[in-house]
Amino acid sequence: MFKYLLAKNEDIPHGASAVYWGFSAITWFVIGTALGSFNAAKLAFPDFVTGYEFLSFGHMRQVHVHAVIFGWISMAFGMAMMYITPALGNTRLWSEKLGLWNAFLWNVGLSLGLTLLWAGMTSGREYSDFPWFIDLYIIFFMVVPLGINVWMTIINRRTQGIYTTNWFFGAATFMLAIVFTVGNLPEFFHLTGLTEAYLTWWFAHNVLGLWITPVAAAIAYYTIPKVTGNPLYSHRIGHLHFWSVVVFYSTPAAHHLMSAPLPEWLKSFASVEGVLILVPAIAFVSNILLTMQGKWNMFVENIEVRFTVTGCLMAIPLNMQGGFQQTRAINWYIHGTGWIVAHAHLALLGFSTFLEAAAVYLGLQSMMRRKLYSLTLANIHFWLLLIGFTTYWVSMTIAGLIQGAGKIYEVPYIDVVIAEHPYMIARWIGGTLVFVGNCFWLYNMWMTAREGTEVPQGRMPHELAYER
Amino acid sequence: MNFREYKVGARFFALALGGSMTITLLLPSFDISSVSATEVALDKQLWAGHESGFSLDDPLLLGWNRPEKVILKTDPKTGQPIEPTTAYVYEKGTPFPGGVLHPGNLGKVSERLSIDQGHINEASKDQGAVFLIRSNDQKQYYIEDATATKGWNPEQVLKAAGDANTYYASAGKSIFVREGCWWCHTLLPEQTQDWQVFGAPPMLGDFNGESPTAFGSDRKAPDLLHVGSRNASKEWLMLHFFNPRLVQPHSIMPRFDYLWGKVDANGKTIDYDKWRKEYSEYAEGKRIYPPEVPMYASNSDARHLIDFILNLK
Repeated sequence: MFKYLLAKNEDIPHGASAVYWGFSAITWFVIGTALGSFNAAKLAFPDFVTGYEFLSFGHMRQVHVHAVIFGWISMAFGMAMMYITPALGNTRLWSEKLGLWNAFLWNVGLSLGLTLLWAGMTSGREYSDFPWFIDLYIIFFMVVPLGINVWMTIINRRTQGIYTTNWFFGAATFMLAIVFTVGNLPEFFHLTGLTEAYLTWWFAHNVLGLWITPVAAAIAYYTIPKVTGNPLYSHRIGHLHFWSVVVFYSTPAAHHLMSAPLPEWLKSFASVEGVLILVPAIAFVSNILLTMQGKWNMFVENIEVRFTVTGCLMAIPLNMQGGFQQTRAINWYIHGTGWIVAHAHLALLGFSTFLEAAAVYLGLQSMMRRKLYSLTLANIHFWLLLIGFTTYWVSMTIAGLIQGAGKIYEVPYIDVVIAEHPYMIARWIGGTLVFVGNCFWLYNMWMTAREGTEVPQGRMPHELAYER
Repeated sequence: MNFREYKVGARFFALALGGSMTITLLLPSFDISSVSATEVALDKQLWAGHESGFSLDDPLLLGWNRPEKVILKTDPKTGQPIEPTTAYVYEKGTPFPGGVLHPGNLGKVSERLSIDQGHINEASKDQGAVFLIRSNDQKQYYIEDATATKGWNPEQVLKAAGDANTYYASAGKSIFVREGCWWCHTLLPEQTQDWQVFGAPPMLGDFNGESPTAFGSDRKAPDLLHVGSRNASKEWLMLHFFNPRLVQPHSIMPRFDYLWGKVDANGKTIDYDKWRKEYSEYAEGKRIYPPEVPMYASNSDARHLIDFILNLK
């Protein structure tokens, strides 16, 4: 890949940047889940690797979070944008070279940022932990170039309309740039107090709501119709999804601070808007599942469809939790407990990761013009991810309910810690299964690049039979 | 691109996102910025200083350019005994907190009093300053620059207070941020059910000037906002930080023995390998007593962190 960084744009083969983004994403996923597994081991066994500042939980926790959000999820999004946006515009990517440089700068910036976080150079603000100069780097060298490539590809499309997926890609990259800039204003201008606290959570909410959730959904709008051959069930429902994301998902940030002394009207408003998140959620899930009509056999037979539909199915509990757990009636019980940790992993490791994994599987095969090396390894990957995630989610949900009960009945805190211990071990096992599954995946995609059967011109990878 | 629907769509998009940001950012900012700083907020920002996360004054969060909180029992100029007085010492080059740099943060009343009575506009970073919290007879709290009003200079005040009455709480807060204590210990008792165990939830004006607030979101351990009122034992905290299992066998907190640095209070090199080996023997039941925890040096990270905890009242 590196040899193309200095090549002329027209000499760079079609899809080169998507492949670079894709392999970077998988590598970050392996790194991120390894860190997650290591951190979970520390929560289960506090004396596991002790005495080194840089291997302590407090130094590594945020590295896990950002490796997964910016490394795995966002680079998988970049990968999807590099090949889906031009495909849906019946054109080429505006600039393969910009795409390659963008992925390169993304990797460099993220490696630098994570190293600094690891060393303890943090802003002390959850999800916007990076120091402000890394934030500026992220905006100008990571987010904006990605947006430019997507917007220019959409503008230079050779179709009259713009397909649903590309509305989301174009809008989400724009909204990410806005959210990242506004959310980090406290660091750029040293805003303090409640303003800082609120903007921290305004950022954390919107980076999920206006970047991760809509882009993941947009990917499913491409993969399911593309692989099954069914047209999208309803563009009208797609419209409803898009507009309700912009209107409803961008407003409930204050529901993350329901027990902080924010203005009461703001908390009430956020809580109501939070329930309305169910509108885009139901629109999305029903649209995708109805698109599957007549092709449900592919849920079993095709790995991309299986990943995507599993992710969509996980969006149901995700949004039922998300819509209601932030209301005052429920939030007081589960706020700050493992329930929330389980919910966050349901969003990122359940719903979103499964949709992106499908896009990366499909995209790497399409762009490299090679059939997947091994279905068996892909199956192992799928089941390790699903079983590992489910173990994690169930154990953390139970741990959260225990914490909630301990909180309201005012049990001495240490008794809660003791009661949680078995679930901490289960969470570590679950996380480790996910990590192992990803190692299989990286190997599988590497072997696909080297030894996968070439896909003949005019064929799609999923039309060929699996060989292993 | 010449497709009418997209022009309409783009305008609606701007309207939707702009409307959303107006409601969730602009309108709350009127409410939040109209809040006056409470006494708690004055105290917190004065001992915590300008910024506890990353800043150019302390990029590695090692506790550089930090203020100190001292309890004065004698007048630093005359040496005469006085009522115990809390002073916040900003040595030369230490950046001032939000409320001093931008008195508007303090709220109208406190801003006026701090400027008219407290002379905080006269404080200069190049000379350093000593601040006090004062109140008038209507219990309105404000900041006073004692360097301007009383002629106290930072070196004199530190000397008059002595090491035993000096709290490195600001350096300690940056360690709290750097070491990620807030990933498990929240600083936000909840309004609904935490009153009896973790103390009163904070009020609206309790945060003015503080950065970062470090509320934390994932409470895997007790809330610490008022921990200094529950447990002010330096000995307990010392054992707890060195190895939490010494005082609470079921704790899952990491060991923070590395905050002791290379040497203990007597300048003796700390032999961590030996300590850990002996502790393992104790944990396995081969020793009756755990090895002794070395006393931390007075300029160690451990001391700074303990000073911070003691100031969480």
